[in-house]
Amino acid sequence: MADKPSAAELKEFGDAADAWFKENTVRDPGFMLPLTFMEVSTDQQFDFLRDWQRKVYEAGFLGASWPKEYGGGGMHSEYQRVATRAMKKYDAPIMINAIGNGWAGPLILDLGSEEQKQTYIKGMLTAEDIWCQGFSEPEHGSDLGNAQLKAVKEGDEYVLNGSKIWTSLGDRAKYMILLARTDFEAENKYKGLSFFLNPMKIDGISTSRIKKLTGEYGFVQTFFSDARISADCLFGGEGNGWSMAMKTLEYERGAKVKPVGGYFVKELDVMQIVELAKNSMRNGKPLLDDPVMRDKMTQYMIDIQALNLNNTRRRMPQLMQDKPMGLPLMNKLARTELIRELTEFSLGFQGTKAGYYVGDENAVDDGYWHRSYLNSFSATIGGGTSEIQRNIVAEHALGLPKTR
Amino acid sequence: MDNLGNIGTTEEQIELMDVATNFCRDKSPMDKVRALIDDDLGYDPDVWKEIGELGWLAIAIPEKHEGVGLSMAEVVPIAEQMGRNLMSTPFGTTTLAAQALLAGGSEAQQAEWLPRIAAGCAATLALSEDSGDWDLANITCSGKLDGDSIVLSGKKQLVRWADSAELIIASVKVDGNVRFALIERSAIGEGTLRRESIIDETARSFELTLDDVAIPADALFDASRTRETIEKIELAAGLIQAAEMCGGSQAVIDYTLEYLKTRKQFDKIIGSFQALKHPTVDNYVEYEKARTHLYSAAYSWGEQGRGEVAVRMAAAQAHSSYSRAADRSIQFHGGFGFTHDCDAQLHRRKAIFDGALIGDAAYQRSKLASLLFD
Repeated sequence: MADKPSAAELKEFGDAADAWFKENTVRDPGFMLPLTFMEVSTDQQFDFLRDWQRKVYEAGFLGASWPKEYGGGGMHSEYQRVATRAMKKYDAPIMINAIGNGWAGPLILDLGSEEQKQTYIKGMLTAEDIWCQGFSEPEHGSDLGNAQLKAVKEGDEYVLNGSKIWTSLGDRAKYMILLARTDFEAENKYKGLSFFLNPMKIDGISTSRIKKLTGEYGFVQTFFSDARISADCLFGGEGNGWSMAMKTLEYERGAKVKPVGGYFVKELDVMQIVELAKNSMRNGKPLLDDPVMRDKMTQYMIDIQALNLNNTRRRMPQLMQDKPMGLPLMNKLARTELIRELTEFSLGFQGTKAGYYVGDENAVDDGYWHRSYLNSFSATIGGGTSEIQRNIVAEHALGLPKTR
Repeated sequence: MDNLGNIGTTEEQIELMDVATNFCRDKSPMDKVRALIDDDLGYDPDVWKEIGELGWLAIAIPEKHEGVGLSMAEVVPIAEQMGRNLMSTPFGTTTLAAQALLAGGSEAQQAEWLPRIAAGCAATLALSEDSGDWDLANITCSGKLDGDSIVLSGKKQLVRWADSAELIIASVKVDGNVRFALIERSAIGEGTLRRESIIDETARSFELTLDDVAIPADALFDASRTRETIEKIELAAGLIQAAEMCGGSQAVIDYTLEYLKTRKQFDKIIGSFQALKHPTVDNYVEYEKARTHLYSAAYSWGEQGRGEVAVRMAAAQAHSSYSRAADRSIQFHGGFGFTHDCDAQLHRRKAIFDGALIGDAAYQRSKLASLLFD
């Protein structure tokens, strides 16, 4: 484990990161940049973001605290934190390889073999190898534990049949973290599941793009038809798929494996909404003179400030004694619901202009707010719907019994 | 927007949190809270004495006045635990009176009263009037100079713990300007205090008739510091009530959870029904937001600009979350929730009372809007 840097060392690194992002960040490449890794729609967007991630990695500002022997920087995690801060400061584009860097990478670093680490880690940092996630199925969204994609062992191979949905970047990915059913007789649905590091560019695997409610693309459905993969792709042993999948969620909190750095989703800058409100009119007067809009906007400011401060409070055990899992578990629910509400609220500022959409010259901010609102559902539904999140908070933070 | 504050704690704050958590839980069990509802005084004098001996009334008083020399940030965890355990005492009003003295009192007034308060003497404020206005400057009670004394007139309402207070700091108008008058216990005659019937049965409150109460001419705060005194009182009161309401929210959510985990209907523990568990999670989320704001307000307390935004956010969020959590607690307890025996009503009533004292969530938001958007 690398030594904790001195304040001077950290400052020097931070200054270098600031200078680099100041010089290299492109905010307007001439086309709309995706706000999340789930919104990558065109080749132009994909190529840009893939190049960007490689550039950041090569400059030493991504994976800085991952082990050197597998392609990381081998530095203390404080360095990566400072680098990520610089990215945010200069509003740098997202890191595209979210499933690789945020999910598969930490899992492999934590539990993978030496060979797996050598095989997979560097390629995900450079974005040479894009990863996707195969958890949800068309018939099994919230009930993930009931996934039915079949993986039947034949010799030293598994034969895969079935379908996965919401595999963002699935048509461009080299690998998928795949949750599949290896045992249909298991004593419960969870124990029949296994976890695979699955190659995508093989016979029997095909993808079809899904047109989103926004009219854009970004997700695909992946079909497996007698696709054969090596038995070496099994990760964590047969029957341990569910616990592997759950582990990938834990890494998001950054406790076990040092965070790779960067971000995969651009946080909505809520101050932009205040600006929009301030620049909007109602009945010939500023919108924020309207008492109803004023009160609502104030309540949202209270909510925004609370969630921003929660990120700091989460690192303060002295203020987390009573229900220590509460704040971490509620974060996704609270944040995604707030962003959905806020972006919806922002449409009301626009008066008649709320009728326009992306692509029309009369649209406010080129339809950014409409697109943000419609896309916000990807976060309130994906990764466990808000309704599932409430069950999780109720059962794991508040100790209420399971819903059956 | 540079008037949004941060969050942090002090070592003393966390030590006090630990001590107060145990003390308030041990000294204010629910059967005692219930028994005190029917008690005239409304609190246990022995517990009040212990609070004084623990030095809790001295926390935010400077050392030169025999205080501990910390700040309101360190009062917060104590008020929070008191609210959590429905421990009603003159702690809040006494702390508030000390803050008012620090903002507006002369050297001599501070030197006379702050050491006494630090040692455990109860005090309170008399601010509200019949208009029901939360604006502390909108008053009609008055004081008239008469030789060496000032003769007061008018009625003050919602003077909490007035029968226990050695000192009452009342707002009155003198020559058309708002001033703060120091009224000693001895100046209050028989029949000037009428116990009010208030929504929060765990607290005590009085109407104070000022007519013919005379105080020495020098028993007024400095005229030039009225404005900052009002601001200090609003912020200190906001912080104390936010802390109590936050603790109350925590308690009423825990109380609801206990019921949801044990009550059975249709052969099922009712906490397994999503119609009950999902809104309970939402209420819990709102409570955690309130607590985050509370400790942000404690942290930002002394910062110009940020302090007021943080305190009003804390007060608004605490009031809305406490009200909602207690309201749903009544509902989720079903028939039992409709009875006086169910503790949910104690919290629901206290939330209403606390909002009435400092301004409810909507009022706090209207104040905030000006600070944020204008």
